[in-house]
Amino acid sequence: MTATVTNPEVDKSATGGKSRGTGDARRRLPRIPDRIRQGGLPYLLLLPAVLLELLIHIVPMIIGIVMSFRQLTQFFINNWGAAPWTGLDNYRIAVDFDAPIGEALLHSFFVTCVFTFFSVGFAWLLGTAAAILLQESFRGRGVLRAIFLVPYALPVYAAVITWAFMFQRDNGLINHVLHDQLGITDEPSFWLIGDNSIYTLIIVSVWKGWPFAFLMLMAGLQNIPRELYEAASIDGAGIWQQIRRITLPSLRPVNQVLVLVLFLWTFNDFNTPYVLFGKSAPESADLISIHIYQSSFVTWNFGTGSAMSVLLLLFLLVVTAVYLILTSRGRKGADV
Amino acid sequence: MSSLTRTSGPRRSRTRSPMAAPQSFLWTRRIVLTLLAGFVLLPVYVMVSSSLKPLQDVSGKFQWIPSTLTIQPYFDIWETVPLARYFVNSLIVALSATVLSVTIAVFAAYAVSRYSFRGKRVFTVTVLSTQMFPGILFLLPLFLIFVNIGSSTGVALYGSRGGLILTYLTFSLPFSIWMLIGYFDSIPKDLDEAALVDGCGPVGALFRVVVPAAVPGIVAVSVYSFMTAWGEVLFASVMTNDATRTLSVGLQGYATQNDVYWNQVMAASLVVSVPIVAGFLLLQRYLVAGLTAGAVK
Repeated sequence: MTATVTNPEVDKSATGGKSRGTGDARRRLPRIPDRIRQGGLPYLLLLPAVLLELLIHIVPMIIGIVMSFRQLTQFFINNWGAAPWTGLDNYRIAVDFDAPIGEALLHSFFVTCVFTFFSVGFAWLLGTAAAILLQESFRGRGVLRAIFLVPYALPVYAAVITWAFMFQRDNGLINHVLHDQLGITDEPSFWLIGDNSIYTLIIVSVWKGWPFAFLMLMAGLQNIPRELYEAASIDGAGIWQQIRRITLPSLRPVNQVLVLVLFLWTFNDFNTPYVLFGKSAPESADLISIHIYQSSFVTWNFGTGSAMSVLLLLFLLVVTAVYLILTSRGRKGADV
Repeated sequence: MSSLTRTSGPRRSRTRSPMAAPQSFLWTRRIVLTLLAGFVLLPVYVMVSSSLKPLQDVSGKFQWIPSTLTIQPYFDIWETVPLARYFVNSLIVALSATVLSVTIAVFAAYAVSRYSFRGKRVFTVTVLSTQMFPGILFLLPLFLIFVNIGSSTGVALYGSRGGLILTYLTFSLPFSIWMLIGYFDSIPKDLDEAALVDGCGPVGALFRVVVPAAVPGIVAVSVYSFMTAWGEVLFASVMTNDATRTLSVGLQGYATQNDVYWNQVMAASLVVSVPIVAGFLLLQRYLVAGLTAGAVK
């Protein structure tokens, strides 16, 4: 368990943030003795993984891209190769924002962006707060940690269905508290249809997602050398200052991966809205994956659905690339 | 449960700063942690208390304290929908997917961690980037592939448990490989080199030396794989039929046209959650240790 987390501001002696992964591997390679006649062995070991990735991920993705250039409707399900080519027509339909289909897609994209921003933001915030506050040992720390991990361990559908029950208009807990007990609302509100749905979705998604951030950050905190805190407190830094100057900067490498992973999972999330709202999500919470699912399976228009999926993938690729470039540059800058 | 300190050595087990924490910090900690615990436990409380109420009580106004307690829902859940069958299906699918996925990931991670070969970087980058694919992009093509494999070779993947197992095991594969690479890298190479000198083959070295040393990491990815398979909804809703339906889709059966048996929904949710939550909490220290050594470096 090597503590390779480098702290840009405090610890400059470590290997240096950027080159860790590949650098380590390269340095280690010559140490493999010549007498290991590796031959095709590594490929043999990788073969099952590669075959499965090809069958379940890569080939379907390529087929999905091909399908997006065809006019694929329910008539061609059993013989999709026979569906006529349509060039870029599916894409034109998807991005024609004046027509109903394109307009709905744009709206769904916008909703998903808002949802992802708040959901990832709050999940990260709660995860960070909990991880830092549980860093020191105190009575009840182990119990709290176990409690905080419960939403992560609960199966999505069991947890989300419980939230759906809590958000019922007539017999749910939320309206009972807000309307009957506190009297904040004049009428019991609808939470699972109409404009409130987006709040419901964000709350449930944060509840479900923040323990993962907590878990990752907790693991990240393990790698901060204790000596840093000792040195800081000898220098007279208080606990808040230690958190700001040591803990948060040291978590940067973890955060770089964590925020990206949370973003991708949240943006693609299907399970939460599907269990919460069923097959047709309310307009205010019409997340992109539900929207595409509906466009494909409810209206049986697979070509357009595929084109939308490809556009979604392109968007995620661009965002990921830009994010990685920006954050890596930031880290390099901090190291110098 | 001070397990974390046990697995990661004594380094950070005690108070981290010799200075006493100021009151402002202690109060922030108390308040924030209490609120978080409340937020987390609220649905759990609703699940437990509602599962013990008769149907008319869950259909009317919500009651914090149940006025009538009954365990009838726990008997009814097995009658209303074939819950036992869904349970068995989920168990078979999740267990098979986990065993296969972890085995395959161990081989792949060993290859990446211990050998240099052409295409290594392409492999790791490709595997990781599949994590980013929207599930919806390959749902339909995969559905078509399974249907076509079925009609041309007679191997029924669509609607079968086998198809679902194949799908789920690849879902957890990228993360498992990634985490195990990190874990294997942290095991000194001298160990398996010694085994090689002693006459073990490379595969022997893997199973006699590397795997035993990587047990926490392997437990961690097993937990992750199992949870991924146990909780998946999208593919289960499309790829299963009545006979192979899993819990994630089956639980929707408690809602009929006119009524939702909320007490039974809550009882069933609790029944399907207890094994996995209990297992997770027992094994969570491995997950934290595994993440520390593997993913979060």
